[in-house]
Amino acid sequence: MTMKEFLASIKKEFLHIFRDRRTILIVMIMPVVQIILFGFAVSTEVTRARIAFCGDISDPVVRRTIDRIESNRYLESAGMLQSPSGITEMFRRNKADAAVCFGRNFGEEYLSSGNAAIKIIGDGSDPNTARIITSYVSGVIQQEQQDISISMEGERKSSMNPVVHLMYNPAMKSSYNFVPGVMGLILMLICSMMTAVSIVREKETGTLELLLVSPVKPLWVILSKLMPYLALSAVNFISILLLAHYVMEVPVNGSIALLSLSALVFVVASLAIGILVSVISSSQKTAMLICGMGLTMPTMIFSGIIFPCESMPEVLQWFSDIIPAKWFIILVKKIMIQGDGFASVIKELSILAGMAGVLLSASIFSFRTRLQ
Amino acid sequence: MSKSYRQVHAIKGISLDVGKGEIFGLIGPDGAGKTTLFRIMTTLMLADSGYGRICGLDIVKDYFKIRRLIGYMPGRFSLYQDLSVKENLDFFATMFGTTLRESYGTIKEIYSQIEPFRDRRAGKLSGGMKQKLALCCALVHKPSVLFLDEPTTGVDAVSRKDFWTMLGRIRQSGVTVFVSTPYMDEASLCDRLALIKDGEIIGTGTPEQIIRQYPYRILAVKGRNMYPLLKALRMIEGVESCFSFGDAHHLAYRPDRTCRQTILAEAAGMGFPDCTAKEIAPGIEDCFMQLSKKWGKN
Repeated sequence: MTMKEFLASIKKEFLHIFRDRRTILIVMIMPVVQIILFGFAVSTEVTRARIAFCGDISDPVVRRTIDRIESNRYLESAGMLQSPSGITEMFRRNKADAAVCFGRNFGEEYLSSGNAAIKIIGDGSDPNTARIITSYVSGVIQQEQQDISISMEGERKSSMNPVVHLMYNPAMKSSYNFVPGVMGLILMLICSMMTAVSIVREKETGTLELLLVSPVKPLWVILSKLMPYLALSAVNFISILLLAHYVMEVPVNGSIALLSLSALVFVVASLAIGILVSVISSSQKTAMLICGMGLTMPTMIFSGIIFPCESMPEVLQWFSDIIPAKWFIILVKKIMIQGDGFASVIKELSILAGMAGVLLSASIFSFRTRLQ
Repeated sequence: MSKSYRQVHAIKGISLDVGKGEIFGLIGPDGAGKTTLFRIMTTLMLADSGYGRICGLDIVKDYFKIRRLIGYMPGRFSLYQDLSVKENLDFFATMFGTTLRESYGTIKEIYSQIEPFRDRRAGKLSGGMKQKLALCCALVHKPSVLFLDEPTTGVDAVSRKDFWTMLGRIRQSGVTVFVSTPYMDEASLCDRLALIKDGEIIGTGTPEQIIRQYPYRILAVKGRNMYPLLKALRMIEGVESCFSFGDAHHLAYRPDRTCRQTILAEAAGMGFPDCTAKEIAPGIEDCFMQLSKKWGKN
């Protein structure tokens, strides 16, 4: 096979893609939609939680604490309540996400005995959000308490105050988690589904028969089918990176070259999966179903995009190890967010490369030079 | 050679010889095993037993060399519907190691008919034009042997006639044409034929040879009540078979046991007095009917 035949084949494949409006729409729009969807709609972050207050507003310590909470960028005031009995009503009417109740003679008690009662009430109907909000509020109160004691005694009392700092993601942004996940999901979906569907389509229309009868080696036919999707995934990879960096403000700490290398290895593995799917499916619908249900679901569940793998039963954790996307997502997190170099990702990269090699040889081996 | 799919015997012990530079027709109804034989001969499938050679090359061992020598037009329209006429041709020309310009002379006669539509998508062509385009694609690399699997199925009568004229010209340029068809009326246009039924060859030879071997004589019978007439005619002594054939019944009789007058008299006796019967020469379809019946008895 000369270069001419290979190029003609690639050109033909590109024509198929650009002439099918649906394909081009899926390929080009999907990454943008996914990033925006995950970034704004499926966000697990708590922004601007509404806090209701209950206590003596004329008490200066209460006043200071409320001011402090109100001025926090993640929290805002939902108003003062006359008595704690109003909290239920606030929660029911969805006017507040949490409430803070100060005890009687709060300031006096605090300054004299150093033991004042303060209560944080969260709306537990959404446990995840409630947990995050209550811990925000208690953190703010703790800091206020510390400041007050410093101002009173001029120096820090001996006490243990844990300061929690999340490295690489100080603001606990969920985009740090989903950007690598979405990148893995989209690259895998585009490469495997598009490849599988395009090969099965030729099976269905009978053009594969003609290609097989031609003197061109099947290996080259397959390789030429992969090239356009390789190019498309490069476009997607770049657009996700740009969106992540400029819209979601996810840092790119590590080397882009290393990140691109990992993406390339992952894309090769996904393309090989696509060929394997095309070998076992006889219609485009089957191929789409296998890729959609059989690949996307396990990738979503087992690659740690939604649930952390560490909290799964051990058997399922083993299962998650054979999913290429899991290793790719770990790589992206390490390189992009932690800024790790080649030496510290060599294990994941070689596992992924090994998978790509096995899948590629399996797919080339299973692709026949004849029908059936 | 033989080939079966699980329990179905697609072809059973077929043996055929096709001469160089002839149009060889494989005639048989749907499901007779024509496509299977084509796929085996075009190296797309392996036979369970037996062997085949094209231009002296073994279809299993030298399959890769054979792929350069043959042109293949599969049964259904197998080109890229979303590519234009010219894009399809260019693509297949390149895949078979040539260019459209280089082989323009070979396909000029057929291509010139579709050239006005060369920027039209293949999916938007009419049936006859699709078939011409497919033929161009199969011929673009100047093959020595052309395999055409039911090329005229689903094509209108005028285009079918055109198509056979084109095949005649292709043969003149020295290409061997191996063509299958379910239409018996196309049989007489082939140089030699093989009649295939249920995976077995029931007769071979030139159209004239096959017709000459036909042992009976044929009457085309017309009457008022065609279906009851068919049943009645089959009862008559000396009548071998009777089949409905368009607007008349083809009745095969043994000339040594009966004759036209006797048959007409008997039909009149059974309540069909106004029948007309005309002696006609047997066609390939009559031969096919007779041979498949004989083959069934054996």
